[in-house]
Amino acid sequence: MKQNWRIRLLRWAIIFIVGFYLLIPILAMLDFSLKPYGGGNQGRTLRAWKVIPQTRNLIDAISLSMSLALIVIVAIFVLVVPTLIWVHLKLPKIRRLMELICLIPLAIPAIVLVVGIAPLYRFISIHITESPLSLAGVYSMLVLPYTYRSLSSALDTSDIRTLYEAARTLGASTTRLMVQVIMPTLRSGIMNGAVIAIALVLGEFTIASLLNFENLQVTLFRVGRTDGNVAVAVSVVSLIFVLLLLLIIPTSQRRKQVLDVDVE
Amino acid sequence: MANSLKTEASSHLGTGSRFLKRNSSYIGVLPFLLVTGLFLIYPTIYVIFGAFRDLEGKPSTVILKKTFLDEATRRAFKNTIELSLKTAILGAILGALVTWAIASGKEGIFKKFSLSLSGVLSQFGGVMLTFAFLATFGFNGLVSSYFLKHFPDSPISQSTWLYGMNGLTVVYTFFQIPLMVLVFFPSFENIKKEWREASDALGGKPSEYWFRVGIPVLMPSFLGSTLLLFSNSFSAYATAASLITNGTFLTPLQIADSLSSEVGGANAATASSLSLFMVIVVIIVMTIYTLIRRRVSKWEVTK
Repeated sequence: MKQNWRIRLLRWAIIFIVGFYLLIPILAMLDFSLKPYGGGNQGRTLRAWKVIPQTRNLIDAISLSMSLALIVIVAIFVLVVPTLIWVHLKLPKIRRLMELICLIPLAIPAIVLVVGIAPLYRFISIHITESPLSLAGVYSMLVLPYTYRSLSSALDTSDIRTLYEAARTLGASTTRLMVQVIMPTLRSGIMNGAVIAIALVLGEFTIASLLNFENLQVTLFRVGRTDGNVAVAVSVVSLIFVLLLLLIIPTSQRRKQVLDVDVE
Repeated sequence: MANSLKTEASSHLGTGSRFLKRNSSYIGVLPFLLVTGLFLIYPTIYVIFGAFRDLEGKPSTVILKKTFLDEATRRAFKNTIELSLKTAILGAILGALVTWAIASGKEGIFKKFSLSLSGVLSQFGGVMLTFAFLATFGFNGLVSSYFLKHFPDSPISQSTWLYGMNGLTVVYTFFQIPLMVLVFFPSFENIKKEWREASDALGGKPSEYWFRVGIPVLMPSFLGSTLLLFSNSFSAYATAASLITNGTFLTPLQIADSLSSEVGGANAATASSLSLFMVIVVIIVMTIYTLIRRRVSKWEVTK
């Protein structure tokens, strides 16, 4: 399609101006991480980047957030995905109910959820464990809408029932059926859910900070008060990491499962 | 529909105790229901009922009324609504323009990359976003120090504007624009090419096409996306908490404030009452959103 030069100009002006607004803060972060300690503006140094590996609490926080992401992914694989498949195959009657449960986190903001869950975590820390890994419980709930979206569209488009009946006739056990037959078919849907889970867990601040757990974002916030340059350097790393992760999934698949609530 | 009929049929095929067999499939859902019950459903119910309790935990609406009539609560609520409205409208308009600019271009790497970048940036909120804006407009920031050098009298050379309503608006809009691109893009792509062709063939100008076909068709989806942006800003906490020190400026900050100043559960009712207000707003917004989506899906033909 041929375009009028004025429209072309308008297009590029919009992209340029908004792109400027979105990229300047990121460039500013990179620049800030190279500034000398103490808020000076003279000269640039790699000090902040070199200090990262020596900052004990940052390393601890990164490994905690990574472990949390891993546990959440395991929870998706072991609990959420099999249950959704099971309901799809065996209990279509309660599909509406499942959808409702999975979409609750969209209606309940994290700051509200934390009010309701604080007593539970008080109980857990007194009677069960004080480990910050217990955060994986709430975090698995936060990813439910995304997992549900990506999985339900995958379930609707592939013919799981035929596979299920074929595998059953050939005598496959339920576990084998799930792990070796059905889950590979839904691979891309499950992968999408997993990537979103990592991005979400690495970026979570609200719940961790109000339940007094030192995850990545809470620690970044704290480090930022004493040594801003280091905190900003870690933010740059984390941003690039998430960008690379999200580039892995093809855009066409991801677009469908943004915060979007479809109606049948 | 056909699917569920099929399932009915196959579950009746089993020999032996049909009743037992049918109910045994519910056991498979139990672990999921237990976990979501504990970490999701119980907390939700706790918050909602918590709003209707007094300091001793007895049923009452005293705290709810007191919170509702409180001056600080009302100011925070007004600020939150104002901020969400501003950033939703700004984000929606700018995002729609960007969507048009991206969608009307050629298919290719640029389009793909813009969408991936939108995905990342729409998730980029909280502490790290605050850092980014402090590095830009804060003390000694990239842009503020430039202005300080060349235009010392302009407000941008000082950083104070960043820590209030204006600052929050600029910072929130940062993640609203990419979110808009992400949710609005599919509707844009779903516009039928034939409509444009028909309009051109009948001698319509591009402007006529947009005003008579394009914009009316996209309007419901645009409004729906704006509502989504509204609830996104409305629910946000981390960005404001890391940027602003005034703990009663927005409702989410006020919730955190009453939760952390809580001594032995004394303020749980206040936190719950404030939460109830938030949930009511989000549910109203999401309901309108769902109604609009229903209209949208009539227009759009997904391929």
